Amino acid sequence: MKIEIEKSNTPLTKNDFMSDQMVKWCPGCGSHAILAAVGSVFPKIGYKKENFVLVSGIGCSSRFPYYMNTYGFHSIHGRANAIATGVKLANPRLSVWVNTGDGDSLAIGGNHFIHVVRRNMDLNILLFNNQIYGLTKGQYSPTSPMGAVTKTSPMGTIEPPFNPGELVMGAEGTFFARIPDNNLKLMTEVMEIAAAHDGCSVIEILDNCVIFNDKAHEQITGKDYRDEAMLVLEAGKPMIFGKERNKGIRLNGTELEVVEIGKNGITMDDILVHDPTQLNSGIHTMLATMKRPDFPVAIGVIRNVAKPTYNELLEDQLVQAREQSAIRCMDDLLNSGDTWEIQ
Amino acid sequence: MSAKKISSVAKQDVVVKFVGDSGDGMQLIGTLFSDTAALAGNDLATFPDYPAEIRAPHNTVAGVSGFQIHVGQKRISTSGDLCDVLVAMNPASLKANLKWAQKGATIIVDADTFTEEALQKAGYTTNPLIDGSLTSYNLVAAPITMLTRKSLEPAGLDIKTMDKTRNMFALGMIYFIFDRDMAPTFHFFEAKFKKKPQMIEVNKTVLRAGYDYADTAEIVESHITVAPADMPKGRYRNITGNVATAWGLLAASEKSGRPLFLGSYPITPATDILVEIIKHKSLGAKAFQAEDEIAGICSAIGASFAGAMACTTTSGPGLSLKSEALGLAVMTELPLVLVDVQRGGPSTGLPTKSEQSDLYQALYGRNGEAPLVVIASSTPANCFYFAFEAARIAMEHMTPVILLSDGSLGNGSQLFRIPKMADMPEIHPPLAAANDPEFKPYRRNPETLARYWAIPGTEGLRHRIGGLEKEDGAGNLSTDPLNHEKMVRNRREKVERVALDIPEQTLFGKPDADLLVVSWGGTEGTVRSAVEAMQEQGASVAHAHFNYISPLPRNTEAILSGHKKVVVCELNEGQFVNYLRGKFAHIPMQTYNKVQGLPFTVHELVDCFKNLLK
Repeated sequence: MKIEIEKSNTPLTKNDFMSDQMVKWCPGCGSHAILAAVGSVFPKIGYKKENFVLVSGIGCSSRFPYYMNTYGFHSIHGRANAIATGVKLANPRLSVWVNTGDGDSLAIGGNHFIHVVRRNMDLNILLFNNQIYGLTKGQYSPTSPMGAVTKTSPMGTIEPPFNPGELVMGAEGTFFARIPDNNLKLMTEVMEIAAAHDGCSVIEILDNCVIFNDKAHEQITGKDYRDEAMLVLEAGKPMIFGKERNKGIRLNGTELEVVEIGKNGITMDDILVHDPTQLNSGIHTMLATMKRPDFPVAIGVIRNVAKPTYNELLEDQLVQAREQSAIRCMDDLLNSGDTWEIQ
Repeated sequence: MSAKKISSVAKQDVVVKFVGDSGDGMQLIGTLFSDTAALAGNDLATFPDYPAEIRAPHNTVAGVSGFQIHVGQKRISTSGDLCDVLVAMNPASLKANLKWAQKGATIIVDADTFTEEALQKAGYTTNPLIDGSLTSYNLVAAPITMLTRKSLEPAGLDIKTMDKTRNMFALGMIYFIFDRDMAPTFHFFEAKFKKKPQMIEVNKTVLRAGYDYADTAEIVESHITVAPADMPKGRYRNITGNVATAWGLLAASEKSGRPLFLGSYPITPATDILVEIIKHKSLGAKAFQAEDEIAGICSAIGASFAGAMACTTTSGPGLSLKSEALGLAVMTELPLVLVDVQRGGPSTGLPTKSEQSDLYQALYGRNGEAPLVVIASSTPANCFYFAFEAARIAMEHMTPVILLSDGSLGNGSQLFRIPKMADMPEIHPPLAAANDPEFKPYRRNPETLARYWAIPGTEGLRHRIGGLEKEDGAGNLSTDPLNHEKMVRNRREKVERVALDIPEQTLFGKPDADLLVVSWGGTEGTVRSAVEAMQEQGASVAHAHFNYISPLPRNTEAILSGHKKVVVCELNEGQFVNYLRGKFAHIPMQTYNKVQGLPFTVHELVDCFKNLLK
């Protein structure tokens, strides 16, 4: 059963959603742009402003709910996804958004993250990935690249990082997108698609920590790199990138391969066309795990498939139980089964 | 029904224990015996005792499963210390349980199972049926297996099917001893085997055969009869503490109009509450089996924020995992019921045994100044009322409440007089009204100091809460030192004011009794029985049993004062007594503690009280 969220009778604007609180992120922090994007997306989604709930954990990203005028819950480290699950199950007629980071959701809250994805709980998860612990001033995170030198890895990390997209695919997630923090237009487009997706939408945002991990994503999203380093995916369009738009992704056997159109007999027909709705996650996983320097990094909506959500299935079971059970109230239950009268 | 009439001895109460291999059907015949007793008008309490292993090796002490029933003409408040009749279906079960039989008890064994191999597996070096070690009991060594098979000879069944009904032969013998009507059990067979009619006759035949054998073999000199108890009028049922807890929560949800949400993770001995609530989706209850204990409580906190009557259920190790989130519930001042069905600790401890050792954790187990309400149920049946009360306090006072139950209460059963929902108190959560111009997240009700519950989706109440300290009233982030102190005191005082909304502490006995016995939680029945026994002998003893722990009832000091001696009895190393000492340092208190994973016995308590009165 599809659960509808009540829409606003009057058109809303960004001002309906911005709070009067002083935004305390560092100047230049990527999170400012994410706030601006969410502020412009919420009025477009069209739900009543009381029907949005933001839930966050702990970390720089998790201050987010204070900066928006919605119902908001700034919780404890790692638990945003579990708390958001309770909000959505208690009232599926709310649009529930999670603001979380690479430490919050992939380290201390890793268990909740994979299970919320596995259950296809209808949440929109904004995963601010800056590859560092910012609020505690610069320790490596589970997405810091191998060898990263940080305060807790002075000689470089000796552990490989998680790829958030791969985790989502591993948990048979239904929606995964990746966006840079410096492209407002793309951010808002992807957030709108995520909001329209029934199920667990995970958006990894390549977020720049200007103080402790500046330019971590520069060689992907920076002005001088992005044309060659980013493959911006669009549904139904061929996977083309490069300054000259002459490079593409082809499936060669069981592997993806970067090819140049017009060279070695390669034509547009050889280039893969992006289908985010494909149930099999094989290609989506290969796209999510493409890495520099051999490949461009996949950007945009990588996977967007329709599957029943946990919260819809639960509501269906409630309806079914009410239809089938003779127990309609507590008096019924108290007097059910073996009882006897003592005079 | 007997062939020749034998005499009867009337008893006020008797304890019967059925023990055998797990799989021998001891829980079933225990339940059938208690149902028959209940229909005959007796009061009763039961306690199942089963191993942590699902199917431990056959014929070993580790695999023994038991079920104890205490029935009476008098009111029954415990499942009994020592049994008057012990049914042991194999050597291992006799070995494990002989110590729980009275001297002089009737011991019925299936003699056919006392083979050399089984004796050895049970750890016997000689056969107790013939070595003289049981001469101080009325030993009935009946060839139960052989007689069961013989009684079913005409039915042409395989041996396995026949042997599965051995338990009914034993039950038939017990029915003879207690001169019980077999009809209710016949009705049970008719209902259970509707689709296998042959099994109705098979079970009836074996039950009758056991009864007739007991009669013919004259296994006892006289019947033991237990007359109907004088119970308040009403409709009754048998209920376990865990089911009663689940139903109390469901009842509070109905009374408050707030749908029930349970976020929980399976853990012994609390799992049955989750299993029960999840059955009742027709009542609108949503139960969510989370990925871990932390997600259990966190999903409940999220549901509470969204306006549900939120609960989480667990046992000791799970409570440890939930500590941080409990602090969040304290800080955000959201209603939440946490049920802790205590078991032996620390760590994994004794999962299937009972203890009262989570009290400190419930009271203090959080970082910062994090007061919350702690209450404790004390009988299987009153788990219903205290679960209801926990939810009422949580919602009306906007605070997390920990309800302490324990393994004995949770798995034990008792007769429950079925209440009418119309007679249950109303619950009025302090909901903030839509578009209330006065609304602020931490604006408080001046009487209770509870903040108002502003539920997402409601117009004009958008606000933010969280784990960071907030400005009094307005609810903005605040690190102001004086504001923090004020908020700490607000949160404490809010919990203290719950004392104005709970009943005064009752005293059983005289306010100037020489000895005041204090207890709390699941030990009520045993301690009360011991105090009653002392009072009947003319001793100057009174009993105060606490269900409200934090805050304490407002007359607690008066109750504890005026006695020559005060003794606090607990199944731990003295957690409640130290809590009381912290508040009433001028009142000397002695202690009686037991930490064996076992309940108190009336006998040992009486000994303790006698010594204190010397």
